[in-house]
Amino acid sequence: MCLAVPMKVTSIQGDRARASLGDVEREIGIAMLPDVQVGDYVIVHAGFAIQRLDEQEAFETLELFRQMAELDDQDGRPS
Amino acid sequence: MGGILDKRAPAILLDHGSGGRASRRLVEETILPHLRNTLLDRLDDAAVLSLDGARLAFTTDSYVVDPIFFPGGDIGMLAVHGTINDLAMSGARPVALSAGLILEEGLPLADLDRVMASMARAAKAAGVPIVTGDTKVVARGAADKIFINTAGIGVVPPGVDISGHHGRPGDAVILSGPIAEHGVAILSTRAGLSFASSCKSDTAPLAALVAEMLDACPAIHSLRDPTRGGLAATLHELASQSRVRIEIDEAAIPISEAAASACEMLGIDPLHLANEGVLVALVPSEHAASVVDAMHANPLGGSARVIGKVVDGDPLVVMRTMVGGKRMVALPSGQPLPRIC
Amino acid sequence: MKFLDEFRAPDAAQGMIERIHRLAARCDDVTFMEVCGTHTMSIYRHGIRQLLPPNVRMLSGPGCPVCVTPNAFLDRAIALARLQHFVVATFGDMMRVPGSSSSLREEKAWGCDVRVVYSTLEALTIARENPTRQVVFLGVGFETTAPTIGAAILEASATRVRNFSVLSAAKLIPPAMAALVADPALRVHGFLCPGHVSVVIGSEPYDFLARDHGMPCVIAGFEALDILQGIVMLLQQVVEQRAEVEIAYRRVVSPGGNPAARRILDDVFEASDSTWRGLGVLARSGLRIKPELRDHDAARFEVDVEPTREHPGCACGDVLRGIKTPFDCKLFGKVCTPDDPVGACMVSSEGTCAAAWRYGRDLG
Repeated sequence: MCLAVPMKVTSIQGDRARASLGDVEREIGIAMLPDVQVGDYVIVHAGFAIQRLDEQEAFETLELFRQMAELDDQDGRPS
Repeated sequence: MGGILDKRAPAILLDHGSGGRASRRLVEETILPHLRNTLLDRLDDAAVLSLDGARLAFTTDSYVVDPIFFPGGDIGMLAVHGTINDLAMSGARPVALSAGLILEEGLPLADLDRVMASMARAAKAAGVPIVTGDTKVVARGAADKIFINTAGIGVVPPGVDISGHHGRPGDAVILSGPIAEHGVAILSTRAGLSFASSCKSDTAPLAALVAEMLDACPAIHSLRDPTRGGLAATLHELASQSRVRIEIDEAAIPISEAAASACEMLGIDPLHLANEGVLVALVPSEHAASVVDAMHANPLGGSARVIGKVVDGDPLVVMRTMVGGKRMVALPSGQPLPRIC
Repeated sequence: MKFLDEFRAPDAAQGMIERIHRLAARCDDVTFMEVCGTHTMSIYRHGIRQLLPPNVRMLSGPGCPVCVTPNAFLDRAIALARLQHFVVATFGDMMRVPGSSSSLREEKAWGCDVRVVYSTLEALTIARENPTRQVVFLGVGFETTAPTIGAAILEASATRVRNFSVLSAAKLIPPAMAALVADPALRVHGFLCPGHVSVVIGSEPYDFLARDHGMPCVIAGFEALDILQGIVMLLQQVVEQRAEVEIAYRRVVSPGGNPAARRILDDVFEASDSTWRGLGVLARSGLRIKPELRDHDAARFEVDVEPTREHPGCACGDVLRGIKTPFDCKLFGKVCTPDDPVGACMVSSEGTCAAAWRYGRDLG
């Protein structure tokens, strides 16, 4: 029930914005994110931005994946 | 359709036209039983008839696409390329086409003119003339702007014997180019799906590409162009007709970022979307490399690659996913619908 | 595709799968329930089940809003679609779902004006463009979708689009999880919690599961690596004998959720008792449109609805509760297939049975 994709906000017009995923652009509703800014990454579900995507957290998560992928001690945690 | 939905007289649903399971059932249960004969029952893209020592390929297709003008093409161009491609999928050199037009009352003459100009350009560029045709007009509402039927004949060179039934364990599965471009181009213009994508239809005539592939390997087993129902439907047809299992690798399937993004947004599987300038080939493994090389030399085959192999087993299509898992590739039920779940 | 491709990287996946195997070697058999239907779909899409060790099992839960919506809702939607001046607008997910005797796509074939939309705002546009028709949007979804439905209602009210209304079937996830965890027949060792529902509600609504029921909970995203990370974290809790609510999907879920989205819900809806296929009536588990917005509530339309019929052999209820797998249902694959679905679990785009049929059979 939760299909959503990360998109970048390219322009804002009142209660609507234009956002893009790669080359694909569409109009979205931003009523759930009144403080959204152009250039923000947002998660879009059913044509609405439901939350900003925190890029720092995204990079940290990817770094965590990288660490999880490395060999570690018996407890299954990075040594 | 049966089960608990069968309360009124069964009728045609849009899903029956989408190239998936519903379409297959319609043909097998309602149409074929009346018409059975050896050639038709093979259900290849074209029928190959033996006539006085020559082998003639004969095919027909109808084009009802809406909208009639879409990014990268129009219904006229599609009607020419699509039938040329059906001939090419039998290994035939296309010789001539017919064109039957059904025009809805109210269709602007300027639109008809534009479609006809496009058909003429496409036929000329492909070197396949439209030699006979027919035009009918129906009342407003009895057709949707313009419907086109094209039939085509071609000559199959000696030594070429291509059919969906000829796939064999060990064959390489080769895809000629990126998938889902046409399907996304169409979806992007539908009312209610309001996004601007740079996806253009990939509609193109594939006969020259096929001729070059056959030069590299006259013994190609199967060729098919994944139109309605997408790559999933085509691989299923080939698996069922040849009674083999097909295994493909998700990471090997070429797709543009624009098409992939559009599919992600709509929750549609790109394997279910139509392609109009792409083909799948089942090629004996020892020739796969030379066929791919030959394809790379053709503008329509620049991204050609081996995406999988044919193995022994029940007719199924299985895909190795990007993360190394395995899943079945199912025949789509009906029209791809955007979803939120 | 930015923020998608990186979360599907094969080499990172390989490492996480190895870690899952190492952790699983230190547990007995464990079963985790993925509550959300989109998680079920993603698990099948990426073939994750085949990558897990034999003693780690994923069980699908009732987080498919289409599946848990009872026939009566669809029957009412169909009855409205049959009315002369009505347009029914719906997410694509609902089109093929069987009601008691028909489905929206059948009704469309028979001439009813049924339109698939990707967003409630498109339904609103249809209403603006067709002022003499009554446009009813089928409001199916959980907390992720409900604010989008609410936003459309507020905009319709503010801009006086009088011919736009919603037939609400929106439901809330935490009451369903409470019902699951109270069910003695359910044996799970942790929950993979819905990532996008949690974007709206935050992590606090799940606290009772860890605190009162000792249930490990991890809020996970939907890409392959997100799901694998969620499973790693659940296994870690099991191995370390912890029961906490952890957020794996940190790039979009914060403990406090999205307050603006929740304000929209408060402005438009009130909690009501709601019937869930398989779980029965759960108190305060559904969202009903507030009386002051009655003009946009399609429940006010009087229409004759056929008596509800459920197919006797249909096991959707048990499948949704995690008591049966699709393969345990007598009808699966024989009478009930995606072409001839008996229950919603088979035809919903993310229904457990649909996923099993499409992706999971015969994978020898």
